[in-house]
Amino acid sequence: MIWNSWDDFVAMGGYGLYVWGSYFVTFALLAVELVVLGQRKRRAAQIAVLQASRTAD
Amino acid sequence: MVPWFGAGAAILVAWGLYIAFFLAPTDATQGDAYRVIFIHVPAAWMSMFLYLIMAFWAGIGLVFNTRLSGMMASAVAPTGAMFTFIALWTGSLWGKPTWGTWWVWDARLTSELILLFLYFGFMALQAAIDDPRRADKAGAVLALVGAVNIPIIYFSVKWWNTLHQGASVSLTRAPSMAAIMFTGMIVMVFGFWCYSIATSLARVRCIMLERERRADWVSQYAGAAN
Repeated sequence: MIWNSWDDFVAMGGYGLYVWGSYFVTFALLAVELVVLGQRKRRAAQIAVLQASRTAD
Repeated sequence: MVPWFGAGAAILVAWGLYIAFFLAPTDATQGDAYRVIFIHVPAAWMSMFLYLIMAFWAGIGLVFNTRLSGMMASAVAPTGAMFTFIALWTGSLWGKPTWGTWWVWDARLTSELILLFLYFGFMALQAAIDDPRRADKAGAVLALVGAVNIPIIYFSVKWWNTLHQGASVSLTRAPSMAAIMFTGMIVMVFGFWCYSIATSLARVRCIMLERERRADWVSQYAGAAN
């Protein structure tokens, strides 16, 4: 086992800010992209549904 | 296909993170600061791969005048831009403790920054033109001209004397790093690949719905979705 304790893990041998700063921002960006993409998908589907109801009339 | 690649991405990234933090030992010279590598290198590779894929689709669209290729190119761009930003961001956070600086204007860093601007330029140009067909064409020209930057990024560490180190991994010789570190990095690369494929495919679907909303198949698709 590399880490002796939770604090040890968080500290990353004194490089915690740099390591966690990298990982946090990366996964935050991935999450944001997925949320934005999900919203866009819903909106695109709504427009398509509206269009379909209009052409059906 | 999107859920498959999405699941693949989740599994591979989780596995990669496990290797990165629990299997890979502390580096003898860099301490734990080196753990940034498991994101930095895969993100940097993706930033270049995705640009080439974007330029490839843009080129196909320009030559054969196919509509889907232009949509593919625009679908890849945001994910590519994001990985470029991640590569720069993590590089900066890695540079501070190891080089003593957040940023230097060396060839590798500068050309990667230009790559970010190329992605932004491509997206801004497409967004600025109302007619999607013309937007695709204009974007394609920009993407193809900008592709010159990719070999410049890749070979910058050889061509110029850069603060950024040379490649630790190449096709012709064994990687100059510990096997477990290399494995962790490659697993993350495949994870990011799956992620990029999933998001690009999901996005191209949105673009198709948005652009071809007047086409019959969209109404049918929407009708079936109801």
